[in-house]
Amino acid sequence: MSLKTPSKLEKILSEGHLAVTSECGPPRGSDHEAITKKAEMIKNHVDAINITDNQTSVTRLCSLAACIRLKLMGLEPVLQMVTRDRNRIALQSDILGAASFDIHNILCLSGDHQSFGDCPQGQNVHDLDSMQLLQTVRYMRDEGKFLGGDEIKRPPKMFVGAAANPFADPFEIRVPRLAKKVAAGAEFIQTQCIYNLDKFEDWMKMVRDRGLHEKVYILAGLTPMKNVGMARYMKKRVPGMDVPDEIVERLAGTPKEKQAEEGINICIESIERLKEVEGVAGFHIMAIEWEEKVPEIVERAGLYPRPNVD
Amino acid sequence: MIVADKKPVEEIIEYLKDYKNILILGCNECVTVCEAGGQKEVQVLASALRMNALKEGKDVTIDEITLERQCDHEYLEEIRDVIDKYDAVVSLACGVGIQFTAEQYPSIMVYPGVNTCFMGATEKRGLWTERCQGCGQCILATTGSVCPVSRCAKRLFNGPCGGSTGGKCEINAEVDCAWQLIVDRMKALDKLDEYEKLCPIKDWSTDRAGGPRKVVREDVQQ
Repeated sequence: MSLKTPSKLEKILSEGHLAVTSECGPPRGSDHEAITKKAEMIKNHVDAINITDNQTSVTRLCSLAACIRLKLMGLEPVLQMVTRDRNRIALQSDILGAASFDIHNILCLSGDHQSFGDCPQGQNVHDLDSMQLLQTVRYMRDEGKFLGGDEIKRPPKMFVGAAANPFADPFEIRVPRLAKKVAAGAEFIQTQCIYNLDKFEDWMKMVRDRGLHEKVYILAGLTPMKNVGMARYMKKRVPGMDVPDEIVERLAGTPKEKQAEEGINICIESIERLKEVEGVAGFHIMAIEWEEKVPEIVERAGLYPRPNVD
Repeated sequence: MIVADKKPVEEIIEYLKDYKNILILGCNECVTVCEAGGQKEVQVLASALRMNALKEGKDVTIDEITLERQCDHEYLEEIRDVIDKYDAVVSLACGVGIQFTAEQYPSIMVYPGVNTCFMGATEKRGLWTERCQGCGQCILATTGSVCPVSRCAKRLFNGPCGGSTGGKCEINAEVDCAWQLIVDRMKALDKLDEYEKLCPIKDWSTDRAGGPRKVVREDVQQ
């Protein structure tokens, strides 16, 4: 795969390094230090940092502005963009806004339903879906045109990503769905948090059987558990999440004050095992409001130092 | 059909507090089937309003009429001779009937007696569910005859999202995931390979987004 954008993430993946990305959630306020402090904690241990877009439909500082903050720090942001809140005019406009700051990575998502957030009475837009947003970014980049057909002066140069959840139902279309995202233009994938490694490996085998791992870089998603309560919550309450009983039992069998450490251990063991899975091109470590643990995870998982590709 | 639900009687009482001669106007079509605005519901509402007037010591006349349809000039003409007796109408028709009645009789206030909800079907008595949002560009041919516009909470054309669990939607465990239904149906039809066809970006100009819509059929106009 030859380079199509100036993205550092694309370069690292194309050179065959295991990429490491992480993510930061913007604050529920306008204090930019909430972003820059999190980024400072992890910047030397990751290749790129996703900024979430009003995750779980809770209103926050916008992803684009937070990405610009990272860019001003000399870091590599991944702009997450959901189709829930903006129509095609706003989506294209924000893509150009990001491109004007040379933000070179975008993750195209549909977004959680607004009923989970702080504005459950709000309208949702979904003018496009996540696949159509992928197509839109690729069209703007590769054809240099707006959806309406007009030419874009200085088109965006973005490495285009999508999410995949190997654990959601119906299972039989989970690989066809990935194929569809690749056909729509996805160049990298960040997966849902993986706790059921057996099921993930089954999914990866089906991905390889179709040769999809040669068409798209798959970054395995990991979120360390802070305690057994979080494991139980994710198992029972988070849609599309597959947390096996043995994870819950392992944390439940650990003294309370050691559960966080055990959660980190599980995460590192998962990375070690997933490194051996053909087609896993890197890791996306989502330490939710626990960014300070990312350096330790990256180091102990043998993923440090990060490659220098500049 | 168009599915509606009864408005709380307190809300209707509040609308009518200054009126003395009131007509409760039912409709024999959809709202009769969904038991929100037919003859029976007209009687129930009228009785409740009369009891309320009695309780408050007000002298109020409340009459009941149920038309064959309120979305048709022909049937609305049936109240032309009596309409001047009233100073307010409560229409138990859908939003279409309420407006059409008001258009026909511009000098009388017509209040809504129901909340118009959606286009749907009767699953069983007392349970009506949505099936169509009238987007004006039907894609059921490509989705195994299950509509993602009306049945997916994110109206995804290339679903399901990552929140589909055990056949249910992420917003509520009682709501079917439309894309699970689509996949099941395409599998039953031996058409699951068509799942991978990308559904193109939708032209929403035929939807609400394009402004008030009309269907013109010159061939049947007189």
